[in-house]
Order: sequence, then C-alpha cells, then structure tokens
Amino acid sequence: MPPTALTMTDRQATEFCLEWTGMDNALTIDRLQFAFTVTFHYLFPQLTMGLAPLIVIFKSLALWKKEERYNRAARFLAKIFALSFLFGVITGIPMEFQFGTNWAKFSQFSGGVIATTLAMEGVFAFFLESSFLGLFLYGEKRIGPKWHWLSAFMVFFGSWLSGYFIIVTDAWMQHPVGYSMASDGTAHLISFWTLLFNRWAIWQYIHNMGGAVITGSFVMTAVGAFYLLSRKQVEFGRLFVKAGVIAAVIASIFQIFPSGDRQGQLVTNYQPVTLAAMEGLFQTESGASIVLIGQPDTVAQRLDNPIYVPGALSFLTHRRWEATVKGLNDFPREQWPDNIPLLYYSYHIMVGLGTLFIAIMIGAALLLWRKRLFDARWMLWILMLSFPFPFIANTAGWITAEVGRQPWLVYGLMRTEQGLSPTVSAGNGLFTLIGFMGMYLVLGVMYLFLIGREVDHGPMPSEGSQ
Amino acid sequence: METVWFLLVALMLGAYVVLDGFDLGVGVISPLVAKTPDERRLVLRTIGPVWDGNEVWLLAAGGAIFFAFPLLYASSFSGFYLPLMMVLWLLMLRGIGIELRSHVNNPLWQSFCDFVFTLSSLLLTIFLGAAIGNVIRGVPLNKDGYFFEALWTNFRVGPSPGILDWYTVLTGVLAMITLTVHGANYVALKTEGAVQLRARRLSQKGWWALVAMTILSLIATLYIRPQVIDNFKMRVWGWLIPLMVVATLISMLYFRTKGNDRTAFLSSTGYIVGMLGGAAFAMYPYLLPATTDPSYSLTIFNSKTGDYSMRVGLVWWLVGIILAIGYFVFLYRFFRGKVTLEDTEGY
Repeated sequence: MPPTALTMTDRQATEFCLEWTGMDNALTIDRLQFAFTVTFHYLFPQLTMGLAPLIVIFKSLALWKKEERYNRAARFLAKIFALSFLFGVITGIPMEFQFGTNWAKFSQFSGGVIATTLAMEGVFAFFLESSFLGLFLYGEKRIGPKWHWLSAFMVFFGSWLSGYFIIVTDAWMQHPVGYSMASDGTAHLISFWTLLFNRWAIWQYIHNMGGAVITGSFVMTAVGAFYLLSRKQVEFGRLFVKAGVIAAVIASIFQIFPSGDRQGQLVTNYQPVTLAAMEGLFQTESGASIVLIGQPDTVAQRLDNPIYVPGALSFLTHRRWEATVKGLNDFPREQWPDNIPLLYYSYHIMVGLGTLFIAIMIGAALLLWRKRLFDARWMLWILMLSFPFPFIANTAGWITAEVGRQPWLVYGLMRTEQGLSPTVSAGNGLFTLIGFMGMYLVLGVMYLFLIGREVDHGPMPSEGSQ
Repeated sequence: METVWFLLVALMLGAYVVLDGFDLGVGVISPLVAKTPDERRLVLRTIGPVWDGNEVWLLAAGGAIFFAFPLLYASSFSGFYLPLMMVLWLLMLRGIGIELRSHVNNPLWQSFCDFVFTLSSLLLTIFLGAAIGNVIRGVPLNKDGYFFEALWTNFRVGPSPGILDWYTVLTGVLAMITLTVHGANYVALKTEGAVQLRARRLSQKGWWALVAMTILSLIATLYIRPQVIDNFKMRVWGWLIPLMVVATLISMLYFRTKGNDRTAFLSSTGYIVGMLGGAAFAMYPYLLPATTDPSYSLTIFNSKTGDYSMRVGLVWWLVGIILAIGYFVFLYRFFRGKVTLEDTEGY
C-alpha cells in the first residue's frame, strides 16, 4: 500500500516529491539526456539530407547546361552543407555511444537485432560519406567535373543511406520483426531481410526523408528570398527561390499524401493506443471526428475547447466515415503513453505546420508560374521568415513517434524503465546532461554565427576568399 | 565464429589507432613543429581531408563491438560512463578546432582553435591509452556482468580501482608518446622544409622515450596481470608479435636516422599494430577481465550475439569493409604527396 499524504513521514514525503520532480531519478535523467541530445543532433542531419539532393541537382544542371552559375550555387550550398555536416557528425557520435552508456540493459536486450543496422551504418554509410565529402570539398579542381559530380552524388547517397539504417533501427523499436527470443531473455535476429525491409521502416523512411527535403528546400528558398529582399546576389536569389519553391511544393504535398497518410495507417494498425492518444480521443467513437485544436485534460479525460471536423478521423484511419475508432478508454491504463499532452501537441503541431507549408508553397508556386514571385515582396518576406518551421515540424514529428511509442522502449517487448543502465546513477547522468547542455549552447551559437557569415558572403564573393 | 569476430573487432580498433592515431599525434605536436601561422595551416592541411574518415573507424569499431558482443558493449559503455562522455566532448571540441579554424580570419580565433585542437588531441591520446590499460588490468564486474568505475579512487591497482590508477596512467603516457612519434613521422612524410626538419627531430628524440616506456609498461603489465603470459606459453607462434615490436622499433630508428620518412612511418604503424596485436593475443578469449571474481569476466563466449547474426554479419561486413578500404585507398592516393600552401582549395 502506498502511503497517503496524511500518513507520510517526512522522509517518505521527500522521496515522494523527488519521484515526482524526477530530478533524482535516473530514468528521467536518461530520458531527458537522450531526448535533448537527439533533438539537437537531428536539427543538422535533416538539413544536410535535405540539401544533398539539391546540390546534386545543381551539379547535374552545371554538367548539362555548362553554366558556371549552377556550379557556384552548388558550391555555396556545399558550404552550408559542410558546416551542418560537421555539426551533425560531432553531435551524432554521442547518439551511438548513449545506447551503451545510458541504456545498457536495452543494448543487451536488443543488440542481437539492432546492432546489425547500427554497425551497417558505420561500414556502409559513414565511410562513404566521409571519404567522398573530403573529395567533394577539397578536390573540385583536381578531379574534374564528372568525378566531382560523382562525389556529390555519393555524399547524397551516403547521407540518405545513413538515414535508412537509423530508421530501420527505430522501426524495429516501433514494430519489432524478424527476431526471436533467446533462452537468456535477449532478442536474436532470425531474418536479416525482414529486419531490413520492415514495412514500418519503409514508410517511416519515406516520410522522414520528405521532411528533410522540406527543411532543405525551405532553407534554400529563405536564403534566396533574403538576397532578393536585400537586393544583393540577385541572380542567385532568383535561382534559389525558384528551385526551392518547386522542390518545396512537391515535397510538402507528398509529405501529407501519400507518405503521412501511410504512416498514419501503420500507427492505426499496430499502435492503436498511440493513435487514440495522438488524436486526444479519450472515448471510443463511431464516426469519430478529428480535432484541429483543443487541450487534452488527462485527469477529467476529455478535450477542452475542441474545434473538430466530424467523421474525419474515422475516414482517415479506416476509410469509412462511420467506422469505429478505439479511444483510450478501451486500453488498459498501463499501456497509455505516459505523456499524452506532449504527444497530442507535438502531433498537432506537425500536422498543422505541414498544412501551412502546403498553403505557403502553393501560393508561392502560383506567383512563380505567373512570373510575379520575384517582385511580390510580401511573399518573399513570408518565404524568408518561414525557414525555422520545418525544423519545428520535423522535431515535433519525431517527438510524436517516440513519445507515442511509450511506455515501451521496444514496442510490446520491453518497457522504457527496464532499459536503462543498472550502474549509472542519476548524479552521474545529471552531470553529463548539464555538460551536454553547456556544450550544445556554445555549438548552437557558433553554428548560427558561422552560417550567418556564409549567407552574408553569398555565392558570389571574390574568387579564392574563404 | 566468435573468434573470427574477436579478430575483426581487434582489426578495426587497430585500424582506428593507426589512422586516427597519426592525426591525434599531429594535434599533439603541432605547437612543437609549427611556429608561424603559415606553418600551422600547413600542418593542419596534412590531415584536413582525412581526419574525419579516420575517426569513422572508431564509430565502426564501436558498432562492431555492439554487433558482435552486445553484453560487452552494454557493460563497458555504462561502466566507463564518465570517461566516455569526456571523450565525446573532447572529440567534439577537436572537430570544431580543426574545421572551424579557417572560417574566421582572426588571429585570436585561430590561436584559440589551435589550442583546443592540441589540448583535445593530447587528452584523447592519454584517454585511449588509459582505456586499453583498464581493459588489460580488468574492472570490478558484478555477477550480471556490469560495473561502474569512478574516474579515480586511490590510484592503486586493487579490487576497486578507478579509471586512472598508476598502471593506466602509465599506459596513457605510453599511448601519448607512441602517437606523438607516429604523428611526427606522418608530418615528416607529408611536409618539407623547417616543419619537416622539426618533425624528424621530434620523432628521433621521441624514439628513446618510446623504448623506455615500452619496456616499463611491459614490466608493469607482467606485474599486475601475470596471466598475460599464458597464451604465449600455449601458442608459441605468438612470440612473433613481440619480435615484430622489437623489429619495428629498430627499423624506426634506422630509417629515421637515414631520413627515410616513408619507412619510418610504416615502422611506427607496425609498432602500433604489434603492440595492440600483442594485447589482443594475450587477452584472448577474455574481453573484459573481472578484478572481483574471475568467473565474472566477460569472454567472447558469454558476451556474443546470436549465431545467425554473426554468420550474416560476416557477409555484409566483408562487403562493407572492402568498399570502405577501396574509398580509403582512393582518397589517400588522391591526396598523396607533400602538402604545400599554394594549392589553396577547399571551403
């Protein structure tokens, strides 16, 4: 019997408070540290994975049309890419380490499966990326245009391959396949190809890479809009805005349909309790409506101030307007995600922003088509200022996926509290969490400063200057 | 099969120490061999296109440990929690110091980057050596195969040692000297003029320290862990390894005095391979010995992953590593020869 507030001794009360505030709780610290470091890390790869195909497009145009401006554009994007790649690499190393340092029991349990994909990322993607990036950045004059195109392509290929291995790893935690339980209680791989082509991984990958392209194209568009608005580097301003808007409008629409829709189907089928929590559906309903805005109250188990579209949720999930969608009340409490408001808000932020991206980019594309975009300063202002939002949407999407997976670390197999390192105390965890916070604050400031300088220099500085 | 993976993991760690070893060494010696801003830039340029790829071997080796021996990965990464996190921070700072130096054309910024680069490289070499020292000495494993080590306790090699005790400090210093000489050999190979001269001189002086430290650490190892000799008794061909160490030490001195930079660099490479190979040979089949109860030790048998994974892994690993070696050969051939300040390219 847990003590009630009236019967608690002082010591129990202290422990109770600590448990609630969680700052002396290794589980909370480990989760916070992983969440913080991975969120910060992913700001960079989403940009590099998004820019990489755009660089390849410019390099291809340069080869095809033999115009130097495409090379210049590619070189400029490569500077942004290289900086972001560096920050992605150095903030990425802690991710691979943290499985072992903070989540040792999880590593022991699932290493027989997911270490395959993580190790494959190392030998297949990292070597490829790092070697060809060196060639791409330092060798343009020496290797000639065709080889330089190839090295750009290999950097793109490597970064997208790297993404795939990470997604497969996460997909196994979301929807474990291709394994069996060994006698020592750990998971062992029994089918390599089932793991590698987990259906969850394929749609999650497509959805994730769509998000990366949105980030890359929004950033490029914003840089172009900045040049046009400030009337410098105008030639490149036009090029970036034009190419960026075209890429962004395609990627934004694709992101909702089919990729987002298919991702939603998977959640509906395999994680129905997550779906209910994401949508804030406390009670099972037939002809369930979809909520656009509203605040979940987990104590009273209802949504406050909801604005909704009737029947839409049933249609989106089951393709029938009157279908029954299971609410949280149909699932045992211990299977509910442990932070429903966070899950609900991050999901709604992602979808809301995604819809906004389509609206902005269709508007911009129409102006581009009517040849009025470069003079429509109000639209250029919108394009310039909207670059942070894809970062937010992608982050919110990942929070949706990972908080939605809770309370499981490996869905249905291992709960989050079973996965942490048995010998690492909360005190040591907090020490490194604070260290990461300080370090990343400095890194973030440095990155913004350096990117600002590069954008300020632009693609057309005097030859040979740094 | 687990023996094969033991070899592969050792091979990847060896590749890491040889490759990232020289660029860490370059970091340590750069204030000693480069006196002017131009020389600094030159020294940095010797590793510019390759250091990142070299560091990937660490990640790949870490991945291979996780893959082949999940329990070893889980146990050692959580047990060495604090030093590993510090290694991460040092790796971050070092990456910043190398890559961002040229982005801002300001002498203060560049001095700061040089300082960060050298300090982080120096500390990393010591940490690497101390890590190997910890593995050889053993750690206080419990019956579940887990442990936690504080950074230091009383600096004694006892039942509850810290990450740093007199033995691991010794191996740390050995690693620092080894990589300093290795880095100096690399700089001598890649540069000309005053920088090359200083690097050669440094390598020559460092050689004596290297020999002294090698002997000292060998004696210390036999003293704290006499079992290391067992495998050599059982498999006599293992004596080839210490023979190789001696041979490479001699050839290092010989070719250094003759001014043959390439062979001197190959000799220090051979020395590192020999030392690490000897350690791996002596450890086998142990991965992490216990200082508590020897039966708690992690071996390749009680830490391995499933047999199916290991078999499939051999296939994809071979494909992947052949590709990776191909990239490296191409990259190094492409950037072969001396670096100069003239062909200013890059971003």
